[in-house]
Amino acid sequence: MSKVNNILLAGVGGQGILLASEVISEVMLMAGLDVKKNEIHGMSQRGGSVVSHVRYGEKVYSSIIPEGEVDILFSFELLETCRYLPLLRKNGRVVVTDWKISPPAVARGVQSYPENLAQKICQQFPESVVVDGLNLALAAGNAKTVNTVLLGALSNILKFEREQWLTALQKMIPEHLLDVNLKAFAAGCQVK
Amino acid sequence: MKKVLLSGNEAIARGTYEAGALVACAYPGTPSTEILETIAQYPEINSSWAPNEKVALEVGIGACFGGARSLVTMKHVGVNVAADPLFTLSYTGVCGGLVLVTADDPELHSSQNEQDNRNFAKFAKIPMMEPADSQEALDYTKLAFEISEQFDTPVFLRSTTRISHSKSTVVLGERPIEIPEPKLERNPGKLVMLPGNARKLHPIIEQRILDLEKWVCQQSFNQIEKGAGQVGVITSGVSYQYVKETMPDADVLKLGMVYPLPKQMIRDFAANYKTLYVIEELDPFIEEQVRAMGIEVIGKDKISLCGELTPGRINMQLFGQDAPTEDTAADLPPRPPSMCPGCPHRGVFYELKKAKAYVSGDIGCYTLGFMPPLSAMDTCICMGASVGIATGMSKVLPEEERRKVVAVIGDSTFLHTGINGLMDMVYNKSTSTLIILDNRITAMTGRQENPTSGYQLNELEAPRVDLEQLCRAVGVKHVTILDPYDLELTGKVIRAEMARPEVSVIITTRPCMLVPRDNLIPRPPLLVDHDKCTGCRACLQIGCPAIIWDAEKKKSIVDPIICTGCKVCLQTCKFDAFQECGDKA
Repeated sequence: MSKVNNILLAGVGGQGILLASEVISEVMLMAGLDVKKNEIHGMSQRGGSVVSHVRYGEKVYSSIIPEGEVDILFSFELLETCRYLPLLRKNGRVVVTDWKISPPAVARGVQSYPENLAQKICQQFPESVVVDGLNLALAAGNAKTVNTVLLGALSNILKFEREQWLTALQKMIPEHLLDVNLKAFAAGCQVK
Repeated sequence: MKKVLLSGNEAIARGTYEAGALVACAYPGTPSTEILETIAQYPEINSSWAPNEKVALEVGIGACFGGARSLVTMKHVGVNVAADPLFTLSYTGVCGGLVLVTADDPELHSSQNEQDNRNFAKFAKIPMMEPADSQEALDYTKLAFEISEQFDTPVFLRSTTRISHSKSTVVLGERPIEIPEPKLERNPGKLVMLPGNARKLHPIIEQRILDLEKWVCQQSFNQIEKGAGQVGVITSGVSYQYVKETMPDADVLKLGMVYPLPKQMIRDFAANYKTLYVIEELDPFIEEQVRAMGIEVIGKDKISLCGELTPGRINMQLFGQDAPTEDTAADLPPRPPSMCPGCPHRGVFYELKKAKAYVSGDIGCYTLGFMPPLSAMDTCICMGASVGIATGMSKVLPEEERRKVVAVIGDSTFLHTGINGLMDMVYNKSTSTLIILDNRITAMTGRQENPTSGYQLNELEAPRVDLEQLCRAVGVKHVTILDPYDLELTGKVIRAEMARPEVSVIITTRPCMLVPRDNLIPRPPLLVDHDKCTGCRACLQIGCPAIIWDAEKKKSIVDPIICTGCKVCLQTCKFDAFQECGDKA
């Protein structure tokens, strides 16, 4: 059986994670691959942790990534990244933006936000990419395009046709937001 | 041949369209909600939200008795509510096909229990299909309508969270060009379930299950996939995918219909193996039936009765292989869901806590009133239960404690099954207080319309239930309507009504912050004047995600991007530190 590729998206409700996983899945579909994606709706929408599993290859069975077989942890928030690090393969990679969102107990001052998370991630997974997502999104013209900046950075690693990414973005993003998202995507592509 | 990515729920909707159904009805509930939301995009199908699952099923039954194919959807616990019509519909059978989707929630991602609704199929003597991916969700929905009409029975389609909310590739078909015209046909012997008629039908439905049991042995939805021939596995639904992932060499009998089972097929399959597994989530539903046939299997002696399966859990439970899990270390603060910034429920729970109320809670966003720092919910059982539970407590508690009990329920949940409890409160002279949190939407499931919204599923305008008049009509003399953004008033009224030795209702009216049409006028965000903030942390006690404690400065700050300007925090500050942006800073 040929290898199935596994991307785990992680972050906080409202960050555009589900849209990002739609775009990735659409690219895989265009590439003629079998795709499955899976996420939990419901409670997680109220600012809770959100994860989305995307798997692609010649034939995919489980839509849940088998534990310990995540190839890429594609993450929108530092603390959420660390929560799912144990699910990565040994030689897995992390693509993450250095964005911190305080969980409720931190916001209330009951717990503190752990320090030096980006360094810890890179120490454990040396091939990781840390993206200055918010500043790149602001430079593109809209703070809410961090997810698209990150998709640009991810596209460097996945090696699918640039055209397919652009087509998927055009399909998934409302017309009046398309230009700023295409700029954000291009900015993400520049991240090495 | 067009391939698209659809979720299980979207595929069920598409299957309903391709089956030529004319009616779809539901009460929203995770993970089933998106089925009706998707069907609403097909103008050929009359789709609607009902006030509860029982009404939804009855609407579906009516359409089916009129000769149309109809779909009814609900979450697993919704079937408990719809069970009354369901069990007798099993006797009458159908006219047009009727398919009932039960979307179960193993792992309780968004539910109050983990019941396995396959048991309903056996209990109500109704066949049940169980798809394993989105293509099967589409195909089995169409097939379920055919089986319904062929065997004169309602048919269950069971999904689980991982089927409903997973996307996979689907090949689309077309809707039939000719659909039978609905028409009135009298058939009281079949449709009037008096004892004389029902008694005659009972042996017929017993025979129906026996007929199905033979028929399903010849159907391709029950199929054997050959592996290395050493080990056999019987499985169905999402568990099939995990079996293929973890046991690629096993011979697999994949069941597309989980009730009734293809007994002869199972006997023939089982005869080939020394080691036979039944791999299923939750109850030993297949296993017990296979064991009752005298076949020895490995199943729930190894695989947990609780929680959903994953590839890792199968490897661990069956083969003892360690599976990594997410990091739950204490230095990674958890991120549970919480009430949104500007949520109208926040102030009510803040004041209930201050009034030391014993809160009989209910199902909705406001169940998050349980979470710290509000921590103001003491019971929560099921939809509508808050009211009856408060009444029951008031029957037994001493006077002093009785007054502390307050029932809290949302608008949609009140109309779902809470109104009956209120009638009982009045009729049997309870002394409790009920708070109806009216935000004009079924919020928790993702903002669905309901009879208090003023809109239907398809966003057409609709009459709005007047909650105050409804309460007065059932005999409540004391009804107070207030704005829950006004903390002082909210607290004052709550304490006054708790003390009143009669039934009283408080209706808090503020639309959900996430409904754009009800929040057209933006309010400026607040900011904290750090010259005035003393770091007393009083504002942190309302649990608003927009207020963040700055540990270095020892002051509160407001995140202006998510602050909605509701000013609830402002009222908790004794030092006047909160200001509207634009005020003199």
